[in-house]
Amino acid sequence: MNDLLTIFVRSIFVENLALAFFLGMCTFLAVSKQIRTAIGLGVAMIVVLTVTVPANNLIYTYMLREGALDWAGFGHLDLRYLGLISYIGVIAAIVQILEMLLNRYFPALYFALGVYLPLLTVNCAILGASLFMVQRDYGFVESVAFGAGVGTGWALAVVALAGLREKLRYADVPGGLRGLGITFIVAGLMSLAFMGLAGIQFQ
Amino acid sequence: MRSRDILFRPILDENPITLQILGICSALAITNSVLSALIMSLALTAVLVFSNTAVSLIRHHLPSSVRLIVQVTFVASAVIVVDEILRAYAPEVSRTLTVYVGLIVTNCIVLARAETFAMNNSVGRSILDALGNGLGYSIILVIVSVIRELFGTGSVLGIKVLPLATDGGWFQPPALMLLPASAFFIIAAIIWSIRSWNGSQIEETEFRPLDLYEEDR
Repeated sequence: MNDLLTIFVRSIFVENLALAFFLGMCTFLAVSKQIRTAIGLGVAMIVVLTVTVPANNLIYTYMLREGALDWAGFGHLDLRYLGLISYIGVIAAIVQILEMLLNRYFPALYFALGVYLPLLTVNCAILGASLFMVQRDYGFVESVAFGAGVGTGWALAVVALAGLREKLRYADVPGGLRGLGITFIVAGLMSLAFMGLAGIQFQ
Repeated sequence: MRSRDILFRPILDENPITLQILGICSALAITNSVLSALIMSLALTAVLVFSNTAVSLIRHHLPSSVRLIVQVTFVASAVIVVDEILRAYAPEVSRTLTVYVGLIVTNCIVLARAETFAMNNSVGRSILDALGNGLGYSIILVIVSVIRELFGTGSVLGIKVLPLATDGGWFQPPALMLLPASAFFIIAAIIWSIRSWNGSQIEETEFRPLDLYEEDR
């Protein structure tokens, strides 16, 4: 139990996908102009990551890993090289299903998320989380904690950046830095600030 | 547009990273050494050329309802090939790049070029466009990585340029340069210089204090 909590908290603060590994940067910089949309996007990220990482964990454990197909009589196969294409397929399918489910049962949330939900398929934070999960050999339960953690961390980062950018609108920024440039600098300062959390120790 | 423009405009005037906000993740994450930046640029350019060619070849037979999934499948297949080649012939570099080679699948440059350019243009022009955008991406990556490696470790590609204080030289490397955050600041500086040189890329302000006064009047 303690391990799971460690994975969860570490993936929010220490190994923040947006600020320490720079994943999902395009969306991070493009959709952080207003707090309201940033919160919608953050919620979508948490939901999608908590579902896709464990799903890809099952795919990896029971279909791709060396000897994983033992139950079907193909124990000699090592299909790890098919990883990328399977993960992206699983992610695209789950996002599509999630979209239909939300539309049917939670229409308010569905309209709040709007166009961001389908766009999450090509967000590198989502694929990146699955790849990290494979690289670190997480089990099923650990991958649930990891997915929820990285989702929460990414949401936290994007909402914080949106809050800063809303205030920044009233600043007189030099011409060439306006817009994208100053956003890069703000994100860099946030990344430095998050490094201060790197020393957290869990017992 | 002439072929020469297709090839060279993405380098400065329409750079994918500094103007189109595409493909930023890898530009920030793997630029702490010049070698990995070069390999990453090569990998991305190869994938880009392959996907643009393939999408352009079948563009007349592709129903628009399934085009995204077909494009993603092409890109993912190309990335798997590149990833396997890297693992076989450059295992060390492949280890330092970790998941970022795999993440070319979701690199926005590849999908954006397939969707906006290759879907509407001939094969030859699509290849030129892929090369141009690959080059624009590579140039930013190489500039950032040279700055970070030079000032972070005192050497570039293993060649000692600035003698380190620890080996009896004079240069004390600032630790910031090796931290991921420095890439943000360097790219911001590159954006600032490109836009100062080419004023048309400067963004409009969303809010001007003068507006308030004018409303009062």
